Amino acid sequence: MRLTLHVWRQKKSGDKGAFETHKVENISADSSFLEMLDVLNEEILEKGGEPVAFDHDCREGICGTCGMVVNGMAHGPQALTTTCQLHMRKFKDGDELWIEPWRAKAFPVLRDLVVDRGAFDRIIQAGGFISAKSGSAPDANEILVGKTVADQAMDAAACIGCGACVAACPNASAMLFTAAKITHLGVLPQGQPERDDRARNMVAQMDAEGFGGCTNHGECAEVCPKGISLETIARMNRDFLKAMVIAREPLAARTGG
Amino acid sequence: MSVRTLTLADTTIGKKAIMAVSGLVLLGFVLVHMAGNLLVFQGPAALNGYADGLRKLGPMLWIARGVLLAAVAAHVWAAVSLYKANEQARPVKYHVQHTAATTYAAKTMRYGGVIILLFVLYHLAHLTFGVGIPGGHAAAPPAGMPGSVSGTDVFHNVVVSFQNPAITGIYVLAQLALALHLYHGAWSFMQTLGLSHPRYNGLRVKLAAAYATVICVGNLSMPIAVMAGLVKLQG
Repeated sequence: MRLTLHVWRQKKSGDKGAFETHKVENISADSSFLEMLDVLNEEILEKGGEPVAFDHDCREGICGTCGMVVNGMAHGPQALTTTCQLHMRKFKDGDELWIEPWRAKAFPVLRDLVVDRGAFDRIIQAGGFISAKSGSAPDANEILVGKTVADQAMDAAACIGCGACVAACPNASAMLFTAAKITHLGVLPQGQPERDDRARNMVAQMDAEGFGGCTNHGECAEVCPKGISLETIARMNRDFLKAMVIAREPLAARTGG
Repeated sequence: MSVRTLTLADTTIGKKAIMAVSGLVLLGFVLVHMAGNLLVFQGPAALNGYADGLRKLGPMLWIARGVLLAAVAAHVWAAVSLYKANEQARPVKYHVQHTAATTYAAKTMRYGGVIILLFVLYHLAHLTFGVGIPGGHAAAPPAGMPGSVSGTDVFHNVVVSFQNPAITGIYVLAQLALALHLYHGAWSFMQTLGLSHPRYNGLRVKLAAAYATVICVGNLSMPIAVMAGLVKLQG
């Protein structure tokens, strides 16, 4: 396959950045999108240039490290797929591809296609945990959890924190990510003690990081490689609004990264 | 230094809830307003009698107006505040952005909102204060005549106005913008307030579509009936 690539190049965060155009040839239709970029980087290196920086780790679609916007679609055109699991057979010979980083104020570009997703870590730190002792592995089944609830928790826990929801949202909102984490812990018995504070603190952190709000477009769920549903957002809203009404302790303002 | 604390109105979800609840008040108003106005099809006595009845509510009318004004103010405040935050959340825009799930109605909420606000101001100036009514804001017919009540002759004002194609045009365009805004708003408020369940989510969208359609058809039927000569001044 021959392709024309317009790749976002940016030396460091705060720089202006611009697209750089490259032509690649002899790309196997069976290679993954990241392997195609590896080929591009080999060619750039041979010519003495700086390779395109992009995040990747497992290349199995389970770690959440990779991610870029291809022709305006977070993780590219295939549903329920991370960039590393996207294959070049999804494109046509001669295609022109615009490759951009996740774009959000809360995800500053570090270099080229690599963004800093520390904001997600800080949202987790604000409340994405339980403090109940859950014991060692054999104790896992000590508290019985019904199948329906277990399914709900597992579906939400499938979130790998890649940030595609933020990238696809017209408002760069992190509601789907935050909602997945709040749902995953909030439906389980072990997650009940901190349920109200979890919703309040995680939402406060999400706001402090400078993510936008939800306008119910549904773009996030559409690009989510793990199929997290919009229902989690309604659930987060429910938990958060209820907690704001009944809480006895005031909610302290938080600071973003 | 004391720690700053957050109230509902400081958070994105809180602002969305304020938007949803004030929107719900306005959804109710739009429906009742349309139902009352449809009395135009029963002639001057029915419509003028209804308008007169509203005026005779006295303090209740002022309470209702207060609630509506507060709902509009809260709705606009939440919209402006969220709009600013959303604009700031993506300082560098995408060169290419493909949307897959959103609707035209969702994408045009902010523009629709502005159009509706401007229309409401015009609508109040027009039919409440009588600005630009052809032949002037008519007083109600004297006792013994059809439509005789105290105050203004609403039926006359509506009919002579909608006989003017320019005024009808403004109303028709505003109703189309309103229908789109109501469609997204009527299911979106449920999602925002946490009313979501896989068994009922299909119904949620259908209800919103039905509500928006009823309002649009009902409101459009009045100017169109006047233009078509189905509703005209009597005698």
